[in-house]
Amino acid sequence: MSNYKVPTMAEMAASGESPEILFWVGCAGSFDDRYKAVTQAFVKILNKVGVSFAVLGPEETCTGDPARRAGNEFLFQMQAVANIQVMNGYNIKKVVTACPHCFNTIKNEYPALGGAYEVIHHSQFLQSLINEGKIVMKGGGEFKGKKITFHDSCFLGRANNVYEAPREIIKALDVELVEMKRCRTKGLCCGAGGAQMFKEPEPGKKDINVERTEEALGTGASAIAVGCPFCLTMMADGVKNKEKENEVKVVDLAELIAKDLGLD
Amino acid sequence: MSILPQVIFLVIFVAAGYVLYRRISFLKRNIMLGKKEERNDQPGERWKTMLLVAFGQQKMFKRWLPAFLHFLVYAGFIIINLEVAEFIIDGFTGQHRIFAPFLGGFYTFAMNAFEFLAVGVLVACVVFLIRRNITKVPRLTMKELKGWPAMDANLILIIEICLMMVILKMNAADQILASRGVEHYTQLGTLFFSSLLTPLLEGFSTSFLVFTERAAWWFHIVGILGFAIYVTYSKHLHIFLAFPNTWYSKLQPKGEMTNMPEVTNEVNMMLGIPTEGAQESPAEIGRFGAKDVNDLSWINIMNAYSCTECGRCTAECPANITGKKLSPRKIMMDVRDRAEEVGKSVDAGGKGLEDGKSLLGDYTTAEEINACTSCNACVEACPVNIDPLSIILQMRRYVAMEESGSPAQWNAMFQNMETSFSPWKFAPTDRFNWAESVKDEEIK
Ligand code: SF4
Ligand code: SF4
Repeated sequence: MSNYKVPTMAEMAASGESPEILFWVGCAGSFDDRYKAVTQAFVKILNKVGVSFAVLGPEETCTGDPARRAGNEFLFQMQAVANIQVMNGYNIKKVVTACPHCFNTIKNEYPALGGAYEVIHHSQFLQSLINEGKIVMKGGGEFKGKKITFHDSCFLGRANNVYEAPREIIKALDVELVEMKRCRTKGLCCGAGGAQMFKEPEPGKKDINVERTEEALGTGASAIAVGCPFCLTMMADGVKNKEKENEVKVVDLAELIAKDLGLD
Repeated sequence: MSILPQVIFLVIFVAAGYVLYRRISFLKRNIMLGKKEERNDQPGERWKTMLLVAFGQQKMFKRWLPAFLHFLVYAGFIIINLEVAEFIIDGFTGQHRIFAPFLGGFYTFAMNAFEFLAVGVLVACVVFLIRRNITKVPRLTMKELKGWPAMDANLILIIEICLMMVILKMNAADQILASRGVEHYTQLGTLFFSSLLTPLLEGFSTSFLVFTERAAWWFHIVGILGFAIYVTYSKHLHIFLAFPNTWYSKLQPKGEMTNMPEVTNEVNMMLGIPTEGAQESPAEIGRFGAKDVNDLSWINIMNAYSCTECGRCTAECPANITGKKLSPRKIMMDVRDRAEEVGKSVDAGGKGLEDGKSLLGDYTTAEEINACTSCNACVEACPVNIDPLSIILQMRRYVAMEESGSPAQWNAMFQNMETSFSPWKFAPTDRFNWAESVKDEEIK
């Protein structure tokens, strides 16, 4: 048996190889304890399926999205241009990322700065692997026959019209997908976008993630599926706030698949 | 027959036209306070968007009741204008129902159709009044609507109700006169709704009915001219601006923020990247971001003048739902109010933009714009494709880049990103640590 591999672009380039995709991990995927598990689940799937991929590893830096949304265009472009130089240096064509913010920025905002790539969110990538029969779900796992609800990320859904891929993944499991009242184009934000993740909210009646979590819990689902590190944090905090962390899990789509394949 | 009525009509018509012309010039100048922006790409897509969203009311049909009622008023407005065209010709020529003899039975059919629409508009307006003032639909009674905006909305509904009732009354009087064989009046056969009113008027003398019919005619046409002028002062400007506004919709993905090329040159220089084809720094370096209306694009200001104040954006805004001060509708109203203020000041020979006030600070506060999650719910919700988020983000750019006035935690985040290339304070060398444990595991 061999071990899981996480090749870096630098290693690949040194041996004269070029992978099919660059897996863009993102800051949350690299540093956030909870989201590191998602990153790991995703690379395990890639290994298992035999997708040729690499990561930038220590050469990756923040895409600059939170700086740009908070108004600091200089800082954003400093990050973006530096990242683009690295990626263009490796002649990268295709990027897959599990973070909708990285996805949106690299896909829509890097081209104006000289970085044009095909950018795919991990939900879309995983769905295509399922469709191609490369991932065969067993339909078992801990949520078998239970209700799962999906929380649409604003930067995936409204910002980029990706609504179906995450749902297709959930439907491929032997579970019941239940929708919240505010879903798809009408989905309610988790409260972390637009750099809100990095500061306290303005005074109000309630925190946005609590409002959203209440709605998710209202569906009676035993898991809230997400496709974004920020949503994951916000929903998990919300569930904790409602003291439901023992009954209701917040899980990323990659984790659902990894669990189903017994990779966790 | 005296030509006095024709002369009076001509005078009123020309005067109304002049006032309208002045108002339109005023609005156009206010919109052009904004910066130039080219948005003429993909004309096919733009025409399609306009047809679907403005003409076809595509985005209204998310909830059927308001959509259906709004559609009645909209269809009534467009189609009843055909009748107004006849009014105007009659007014100039001194004729009455000039098309009736040519169209015969079809004319009666058309009048019946107009009456149906008139009643539809009437009913819709009554329901709208109830929704605003009695059942108090939340998005129609929020605090930013106190005062003039609420009054504006009610006024227009009442005016429309009056205009529609007058049409019915006029038709009723007209048909009694025709049945009495009074010269000038044509028998049209049964007009469905106004015939229900004839019993109320039948007892009156012919001269009184002529007076009633004429009064209703004048009320209607002068009312419509007045309405056209009033609209330019009101949120109801959307009935015209919805069309250009949707034509100039943002066609890129909603998540894409506009690039600032003036920053790119500097960044390239700082990173030592040769900037091929980069011009010398542009002649006039404006402000970074937006502090006042003239820093926004003219499309942002047109958005503000197209805003219906319907509050669908605010009703979907996560910040607003959870009690924060931010309301995307209020942002649009602020932009419009500020543009009006500057325009009026300029016309009065005043200080215009240099009056010591600005959009950010005097109208919209930092607390409001900081609360935005850039979720695009407001953009998605707006029935006329207004983009409040674009304005919010431009103001944030001003605060961050010109004032260094972002919230302290954001400034800390900026620092982390500068020093450790992540919004969190982690050592960049730890970025790849997550892979250690995976690499140790065997593939199952
Ligand atoms: S983008 Fe901002 S203003 Fe618009 S709905 Fe979302 S939070 Fe509210
Ligand atoms: S911006 Fe659009 S949705 Fe919001 S109040 Fe104005 S017209 Fe309505």
